[in-house]
Amino acid sequence: MESMSALQGLLGGVLIGLSATLLMGLLGRIAGISGILSGLIFDRGGDRSWRVAFLLGIVSGPALLILAGLDWGNVAGDSGAMIGSPASGLTTMLVAGLLVGLGTGLGSGCTSGHGVCGLARLSPRSMAATLVFVLVAMLTVFVARHMLEGSA
Amino acid sequence: MKALAGYLAGLLFGLGLAISGMTDPARVIGFLDVAGAWDPTLIFVLGGAVVTTFIGYRLVWRRQMPLLESRFQLPTRRDLDAHLLGGAALFGIGWGLSGYCPGPAVASLSGLSWPLAAFIVTLIAGWWLARRMNSRH
Repeated sequence: MESMSALQGLLGGVLIGLSATLLMGLLGRIAGISGILSGLIFDRGGDRSWRVAFLLGIVSGPALLILAGLDWGNVAGDSGAMIGSPASGLTTMLVAGLLVGLGTGLGSGCTSGHGVCGLARLSPRSMAATLVFVLVAMLTVFVARHMLEGSA
Repeated sequence: MKALAGYLAGLLFGLGLAISGMTDPARVIGFLDVAGAWDPTLIFVLGGAVVTTFIGYRLVWRRQMPLLESRFQLPTRRDLDAHLLGGAALFGIGWGLSGYCPGPAVASLSGLSWPLAAFIVTLIAGWWLARRMNSRH
Protein backbone atom coordinates (compact mmCIF):
# COMPACT_ATOMS: atom_id res chain seq x y z
CA MET A 1 0.00 0.00 0.00
CA GLU A 2 2.82 2.39 0.90
CA SER A 3 4.72 1.96 -2.39
CA MET A 4 1.39 1.96 -4.24
CA SER A 5 0.50 5.39 -2.85
CA ALA A 6 3.98 6.66 -3.74
CA LEU A 7 3.54 5.44 -7.34
CA GLN A 8 0.08 6.99 -7.61
CA GLY A 9 1.44 10.21 -6.13
CA LEU A 10 4.22 10.26 -8.72
CA LEU A 11 1.81 9.53 -11.60
CA GLY A 12 -0.61 12.21 -10.39
CA GLY A 13 2.26 14.67 -10.03
CA VAL A 14 3.44 14.02 -13.59
CA LEU A 15 -0.13 14.67 -14.86
CA ILE A 16 -0.19 17.97 -12.94
CA GLY A 17 3.18 18.85 -14.49
CA LEU A 18 1.85 18.03 -17.97
CA SER A 19 -1.14 20.28 -17.26
CA ALA A 20 1.18 23.16 -16.29
CA THR A 21 3.31 22.55 -19.42
CA LEU A 22 0.24 22.49 -21.66
CA LEU A 23 -1.11 25.75 -20.23
CA MET A 24 2.28 27.45 -20.72
CA GLY A 25 2.87 26.03 -24.21
CA LEU A 26 -0.60 26.84 -25.55
CA LEU A 27 -1.71 29.95 -23.64
CA GLY A 28 1.52 31.21 -22.04
CA ARG A 29 -0.02 31.03 -18.57
CA ILE A 30 1.09 29.85 -15.13
CA ALA A 31 -1.14 27.02 -13.83
CA GLY A 32 -1.87 28.72 -10.50
CA ILE A 33 -5.33 27.73 -9.33
CA SER A 34 -5.88 30.67 -6.97
CA GLY A 35 -4.88 33.19 -9.67
CA ILE A 36 -6.89 31.52 -12.45
CA LEU A 37 -10.07 31.25 -10.35
CA SER A 38 -9.93 34.60 -8.57
CA GLY A 39 -9.32 36.18 -11.99
CA LEU A 40 -12.38 34.37 -13.33
CA ILE A 41 -14.54 35.68 -10.48
CA PHE A 42 -13.27 39.26 -10.13
CA ASP A 43 -11.69 40.38 -13.43
CA ARG A 44 -13.70 41.57 -16.37
CA GLY A 45 -12.38 41.30 -19.92
CA GLY A 46 -11.97 38.94 -22.83
CA ASP A 47 -9.90 36.46 -20.87
CA ARG A 48 -12.67 34.40 -19.34
CA SER A 49 -13.41 31.47 -21.67
CA TRP A 50 -10.26 29.45 -20.98
CA ARG A 51 -10.62 30.09 -17.23
CA VAL A 52 -14.20 28.75 -17.22
CA ALA A 53 -13.06 25.77 -19.31
CA PHE A 54 -10.12 25.14 -16.93
CA LEU A 55 -12.52 25.15 -13.97
CA LEU A 56 -14.81 22.65 -15.74
CA GLY A 57 -11.79 20.49 -16.54
CA ILE A 58 -10.60 20.42 -12.92
CA VAL A 59 -14.05 19.40 -11.67
CA SER A 60 -14.53 16.78 -14.39
CA GLY A 61 -11.18 15.02 -13.74
CA PRO A 62 -12.17 13.26 -10.51
CA ALA A 63 -15.83 13.07 -11.60
CA LEU A 64 -14.88 11.07 -14.73
CA LEU A 65 -12.79 8.63 -12.67
CA ILE A 66 -15.74 8.08 -10.34
CA LEU A 67 -18.15 7.59 -13.27
CA ALA A 68 -15.75 5.13 -14.90
CA GLY A 69 -15.69 3.21 -11.62
CA LEU A 70 -11.90 3.31 -11.45
CA ASP A 71 -10.70 2.67 -7.94
CA TRP A 72 -7.45 4.61 -8.31
CA GLY A 73 -6.71 7.42 -5.98
CA ASN A 74 -7.71 7.54 -2.44
CA VAL A 75 -6.65 5.75 0.65
CA ALA A 76 -9.87 3.77 0.71
CA GLY A 77 -9.19 2.30 -2.74
CA ASP A 78 -12.90 2.83 -3.40
CA SER A 79 -14.16 4.90 -6.31
CA GLY A 80 -16.86 6.46 -4.15
CA ALA A 81 -14.12 7.76 -1.87
CA MET A 82 -12.18 9.40 -4.71
CA ILE A 83 -13.20 12.67 -3.15
CA GLY A 84 -12.36 12.48 0.53
CA SER A 85 -14.61 13.90 3.18
CA PRO A 86 -13.66 17.28 4.71
CA ALA A 87 -11.43 16.92 7.75
CA SER A 88 -13.30 19.41 9.91
CA GLY A 89 -16.75 20.77 10.74
CA LEU A 90 -18.52 23.81 9.38
CA THR A 91 -17.01 26.47 11.68
CA THR A 92 -13.41 25.39 11.15
CA MET A 93 -13.97 25.20 7.39
CA LEU A 94 -15.43 28.73 7.32
CA VAL A 95 -12.31 30.08 9.05
CA ALA A 96 -9.93 27.92 6.98
CA GLY A 97 -11.49 29.01 3.68
CA LEU A 98 -11.11 32.67 4.60
CA LEU A 99 -7.46 32.18 5.59
CA VAL A 100 -6.69 30.24 2.39
CA GLY A 101 -8.38 32.90 0.23
CA LEU A 102 -6.80 35.86 2.02
CA GLY A 103 -3.40 34.18 2.22
CA THR A 104 -3.19 33.07 -1.41
CA GLY A 105 -4.55 36.44 -2.54
CA LEU A 106 -2.02 38.47 -0.56
CA GLY A 107 0.80 35.98 -1.21
CA SER A 108 0.07 35.80 -4.98
CA GLY A 109 -0.25 32.02 -5.17
CA CYS A 110 -0.98 28.63 -3.65
CA THR A 111 0.48 25.12 -3.85
CA SER A 112 0.11 25.06 -7.65
CA GLY A 113 1.27 28.58 -8.58
CA HIS A 114 4.15 28.79 -6.09
CA GLY A 115 4.70 25.12 -5.19
CA VAL A 116 4.63 23.61 -8.69
CA CYS A 117 5.07 26.33 -11.34
CA GLY A 118 7.16 28.70 -9.19
CA LEU A 119 9.60 26.02 -8.02
CA ALA A 120 9.91 24.78 -11.62
CA ARG A 121 10.78 28.35 -12.69
CA LEU A 122 13.32 28.50 -9.79
CA SER A 123 11.59 31.69 -8.58
CA PRO A 124 13.02 32.94 -5.24
CA ARG A 125 9.61 34.35 -4.22
CA SER A 126 7.95 30.99 -4.81
CA MET A 127 10.67 29.08 -2.95
CA ALA A 128 10.24 31.38 0.07
CA ALA A 129 6.42 31.22 -0.07
CA THR A 130 6.39 27.41 -0.41
CA LEU A 131 8.78 26.98 2.50
CA VAL A 132 6.65 29.30 4.68
CA PHE A 133 3.25 27.74 3.90
CA VAL A 134 4.45 24.15 4.27
CA LEU A 135 6.19 24.84 7.61
CA VAL A 136 3.27 26.91 8.99
CA ALA A 137 0.78 24.22 7.89
CA MET A 138 2.87 21.54 9.66
CA LEU A 139 2.99 23.70 12.80
CA THR A 140 -0.79 24.27 12.59
CA VAL A 141 -1.49 20.54 12.35
CA PHE A 142 0.88 19.90 15.26
CA VAL A 143 -0.87 22.47 17.47
CA ALA A 144 -4.38 21.41 16.43
CA ARG A 145 -3.80 17.66 16.70
CA HIS A 146 -1.21 17.16 19.39
CA MET A 147 -1.65 20.15 21.70
CA LEU A 148 -5.31 21.24 21.55
CA GLU A 149 -7.08 17.90 21.13
CA GLY A 150 -6.28 14.27 21.77
CA SER A 151 -8.77 12.93 19.25
CA ALA A 152 -6.45 12.59 16.28
CA MET B 1 -9.32 26.69 -29.31
CA LYS B 2 -8.33 28.63 -26.18
CA ALA B 3 -11.27 27.18 -24.27
CA LEU B 4 -10.33 23.66 -25.43
CA ALA B 5 -6.74 24.25 -24.27
CA GLY B 6 -8.06 25.44 -20.90
CA TYR B 7 -10.34 22.43 -20.56
CA LEU B 8 -7.58 19.91 -21.39
CA ALA B 9 -5.18 21.53 -18.93
CA GLY B 10 -7.88 21.56 -16.23
CA LEU B 11 -8.79 17.94 -16.94
CA LEU B 12 -5.16 16.78 -16.61
CA PHE B 13 -4.86 18.79 -13.39
CA GLY B 14 -8.06 17.30 -11.92
CA LEU B 15 -7.05 13.75 -12.91
CA GLY B 16 -3.62 14.31 -11.36
CA LEU B 17 -5.10 15.53 -8.07
CA ALA B 18 -7.54 12.60 -7.87
CA ILE B 19 -5.08 9.86 -8.86
CA SER B 20 -2.46 11.12 -6.42
CA GLY B 21 -5.01 11.12 -3.59
CA MET B 22 -4.77 14.89 -3.05
CA THR B 23 -8.56 15.29 -3.22
CA ASP B 24 -8.64 13.57 0.17
CA PRO B 25 -7.92 16.09 2.98
CA ALA B 26 -6.98 13.20 5.30
CA ARG B 27 -4.10 12.31 2.96
CA VAL B 28 -2.84 15.91 2.89
CA ILE B 29 -3.08 16.30 6.67
CA GLY B 30 -1.28 12.95 6.93
CA PHE B 31 1.66 14.63 5.17
CA LEU B 32 1.49 17.76 7.32
CA ASP B 33 1.28 15.72 10.55
CA VAL B 34 5.00 15.11 10.99
CA ALA B 35 4.54 14.13 14.65
CA GLY B 36 1.88 11.53 13.82
CA ALA B 37 1.76 8.60 11.37
CA TRP B 38 3.54 10.58 8.63
CA ASP B 39 2.32 10.01 5.05
CA PRO B 40 5.01 11.03 2.52
CA THR B 41 2.74 10.79 -0.59
CA LEU B 42 2.61 14.57 -1.13
CA ILE B 43 6.41 14.64 -1.59
CA PHE B 44 6.04 12.30 -4.58
CA VAL B 45 3.19 14.39 -6.01
CA LEU B 46 5.10 17.67 -5.67
CA GLY B 47 8.35 16.07 -6.87
CA GLY B 48 6.71 14.53 -9.96
CA ALA B 49 4.91 17.79 -10.75
CA VAL B 50 7.93 20.08 -10.30
CA VAL B 51 10.34 17.91 -12.32
CA THR B 52 7.81 17.46 -15.15
CA THR B 53 7.02 21.19 -15.20
CA PHE B 54 10.73 22.12 -15.04
CA ILE B 55 11.45 20.03 -18.15
CA GLY B 56 8.19 20.96 -19.88
CA TYR B 57 8.66 24.71 -19.39
CA ARG B 58 12.17 24.60 -20.86
CA LEU B 59 10.87 22.73 -23.90
CA VAL B 60 7.99 25.13 -24.58
CA TRP B 61 10.14 28.23 -23.91
CA ARG B 62 12.30 27.26 -26.92
CA ARG B 63 9.55 28.86 -28.97
CA GLN B 64 9.22 32.64 -29.17
CA MET B 65 5.58 32.58 -28.05
CA PRO B 66 2.88 30.13 -26.97
CA LEU B 67 0.89 28.41 -29.75
CA LEU B 68 -2.41 30.25 -29.17
CA GLU B 69 -1.26 33.57 -27.68
CA SER B 70 1.27 36.25 -28.54
CA ARG B 71 3.44 36.07 -25.41
CA PHE B 72 4.34 34.08 -22.29
CA GLN B 73 2.94 35.79 -19.16
CA LEU B 74 5.48 35.21 -16.41
CA PRO B 75 5.78 36.90 -13.01
CA THR B 76 8.82 39.20 -12.98
CA ARG B 77 9.14 40.18 -9.30
CA ARG B 78 12.01 38.63 -7.36
CA ASP B 79 11.84 40.53 -4.05
CA LEU B 80 10.43 39.10 -0.81
CA ASP B 81 7.92 41.34 0.95
CA ALA B 82 5.44 41.24 3.84
CA HIS B 83 2.44 40.48 1.61
CA LEU B 84 4.17 37.41 0.13
CA LEU B 85 5.45 35.96 3.40
CA GLY B 86 2.47 37.00 5.57
CA GLY B 87 0.05 35.71 2.93
CA ALA B 88 1.92 32.40 2.71
CA ALA B 89 1.74 32.07 6.52
CA LEU B 90 -2.05 32.75 6.61
CA PHE B 91 -2.52 30.24 3.78
CA GLY B 92 -0.46 27.69 5.73
CA ILE B 93 -2.76 28.00 8.77
CA GLY B 94 -5.88 27.53 6.62
CA TRP B 95 -4.32 24.62 4.72
CA GLY B 96 -3.33 22.90 7.97
CA LEU B 97 -6.80 23.39 9.52
CA SER B 98 -8.70 22.04 6.51
CA GLY B 99 -6.37 19.88 4.43
CA TYR B 100 -7.57 21.87 1.40
CA CYS B 101 -5.63 24.19 -0.84
CA PRO B 102 -7.62 25.80 -3.68
CA GLY B 103 -6.99 23.08 -6.33
CA PRO B 104 -8.22 20.04 -4.40
CA ALA B 105 -11.14 22.00 -2.92
CA VAL B 106 -12.37 22.96 -6.40
CA ALA B 107 -11.63 19.50 -7.83
CA SER B 108 -13.90 18.05 -5.12
CA LEU B 109 -16.94 20.12 -6.17
CA SER B 110 -18.71 17.09 -7.65
CA GLY B 111 -18.77 15.62 -4.13
CA LEU B 112 -20.01 18.83 -2.55
CA SER B 113 -20.80 18.75 1.18
CA TRP B 114 -21.79 21.56 3.57
CA PRO B 115 -18.28 21.95 5.06
CA LEU B 116 -16.75 22.09 1.55
CA ALA B 117 -19.38 24.61 0.40
CA ALA B 118 -18.60 26.74 3.47
CA PHE B 119 -14.88 26.57 2.64
CA ILE B 120 -15.45 27.64 -0.98
CA VAL B 121 -17.69 30.58 0.00
CA THR B 122 -15.19 32.04 2.49
CA LEU B 123 -12.30 31.21 0.10
CA ILE B 124 -13.89 33.56 -2.46
CA ALA B 125 -14.56 36.15 0.28
CA GLY B 126 -10.85 35.93 1.20
CA TRP B 127 -9.81 36.51 -2.42
CA TRP B 128 -12.09 39.56 -2.56
CA LEU B 129 -10.62 40.94 0.68
CA ALA B 130 -7.04 40.34 -0.53
CA ARG B 131 -7.77 42.22 -3.77
CA ARG B 132 -9.00 45.21 -1.78
CA MET B 133 -5.91 45.12 0.46
CA ASN B 134 -3.56 44.70 -2.52
CA SER B 135 -5.05 47.64 -4.43
CA ARG B 136 -4.66 49.90 -1.39
CA HIS B 137 -1.03 48.77 -0.95
